[in-house]
Amino acid sequence: MDNREKVVVIRNLYKSFGDLDVLQGVDLDLHREENLVVLGRSGTGKSVLIKIMVGLLKQDSGSMQVLGKEVSSLSTKDLNALRLKIGFSFQNSALYDSMTVRENMEFPLVRNVKNLTKKEVTMRIEELLDAVGLPQTINQMPSELSGGQKKRIGVARTLILNPEIMLYDEPTAGLDPITCVDINNLIHEVRDRYKTTSIVITHDLACAKQTGDRMAVLLDGKFKAMGTFEEVFPHAVDERIKSFYDYNFINS
Amino acid sequence: MAGEADDRKPLISKKIDKFFTGLADAWNFVRRFFQEVFLPPYEFKEVIHQCYRIGVESLPLISLTGFIVGIVFTNQSRPSLSEFGATSWLPALIAIAIVRAMGPLVTALIAAGKVGSSIGAEIGSMKVTEQIDAMEVSATNPFKFLVVTRVLATTFMIPILVMYTDFVALVGSFINVNSKELVSLSTFFVQVFDAITFLDVFSSVIKSLVFGFTIGIVGCYKGYHSSKGTEGVGRAANSAVVISMFLIFIEELLALQIVNAIRGM
Repeated sequence: MDNREKVVVIRNLYKSFGDLDVLQGVDLDLHREENLVVLGRSGTGKSVLIKIMVGLLKQDSGSMQVLGKEVSSLSTKDLNALRLKIGFSFQNSALYDSMTVRENMEFPLVRNVKNLTKKEVTMRIEELLDAVGLPQTINQMPSELSGGQKKRIGVARTLILNPEIMLYDEPTAGLDPITCVDINNLIHEVRDRYKTTSIVITHDLACAKQTGDRMAVLLDGKFKAMGTFEEVFPHAVDERIKSFYDYNFINS
Repeated sequence: MAGEADDRKPLISKKIDKFFTGLADAWNFVRRFFQEVFLPPYEFKEVIHQCYRIGVESLPLISLTGFIVGIVFTNQSRPSLSEFGATSWLPALIAIAIVRAMGPLVTALIAAGKVGSSIGAEIGSMKVTEQIDAMEVSATNPFKFLVVTRVLATTFMIPILVMYTDFVALVGSFINVNSKELVSLSTFFVQVFDAITFLDVFSSVIKSLVFGFTIGIVGCYKGYHSSKGTEGVGRAANSAVVISMFLIFIEELLALQIVNAIRGM
């Protein structure tokens, strides 16, 4: 009997796009301060799952409870209140092109936290830029940053509202191996420092091994395997999970 | 099953389906604008920022075009009037043509090309790079922040730009008239203001408001519904210009009928 607090509870979740059935009965429990890595090949619905979690997409059927609230039945106001407790780090960072790093970070803060002085806003921004190791970029435009720097700023921007849950969509996609390790370390640091619960979406097993307490492999619209890295991968019975492991660790 | 049935539809039927679905989408988009424009929070700062951008973006091109239109139109009208010995009517003729039709039309077409395409491309690239989703997950209403502000800005700014174009075109016309007919500045402008009526100015302003709204809403709609990566952004910008221009001509035609009907009363 697991007595840890569940922050995300998914039951029998279905989602399709036209004829394409993406999620076909997904079940998941995510516990507080746990780092769960969702693995799967491209197009298996990993990103769809976390987009349903923040209300960017709506499931066809099934239940998605986040922090005790059924996401699909929330009013716009309640959904926005829930969104403030969830940080979403996008695959391409999604920094606002027309704003500097400071303005990017100010944007969610000044809109959602009232009565902050300019000094308090600046202090909060500087603290988070320090935490991601990029204090010097504060007045730079996103176009002046490297891919890894953009990812870090993206994470800092999501942290500015003190989220309880962090969702990372392909955090290491398109980055060189050294920057990948930096980003993986950052995910760990964020969990330890801000006590967040995380879901990391990836198809990079090295990232999964480094960042996850638990792995969940999404195949055919369902989680086919779940457990620690050692439980899921080295001795996998399912051929597709086995080949996923072999390709990532043996071929590379 | 539904997909198979859809595949079996003839191409013409698919295109008709797509046209009416698009029309319904566009109608919902316009309806959403009118719902959200009156609801708080009000993004005054962003509206002013967008007004400034639209003004600054369009000013050099509009100044040049307005000036040239004034000179060329005066030059082209002179031979016809001089056949009747009526070149003294030039200021009145130019004023009526510019205030009633050419000022609003030229400004709106330039703004459709310059501002409409820029709005379509900007919102389109924000859409395909998930910046709009990022706004939404940070509990900000992207429709209000991106669409409502830009549509309001174009709606307010186009009439101001039209008045500016009218003025610049009249200055261009004056320079031409002054050099050929030796008419003084005061005489020229007295004739201009004698020729134009309140209805001319009023209809010009109302027409410009409609043109501005059209440019803003079409640019935003096309950007907001762009897909397929960078190719989609290019398409959004391009179709924003084409559709805006097409609608502006139709609106001009309708406005002409309405104003003529009022004048005939």
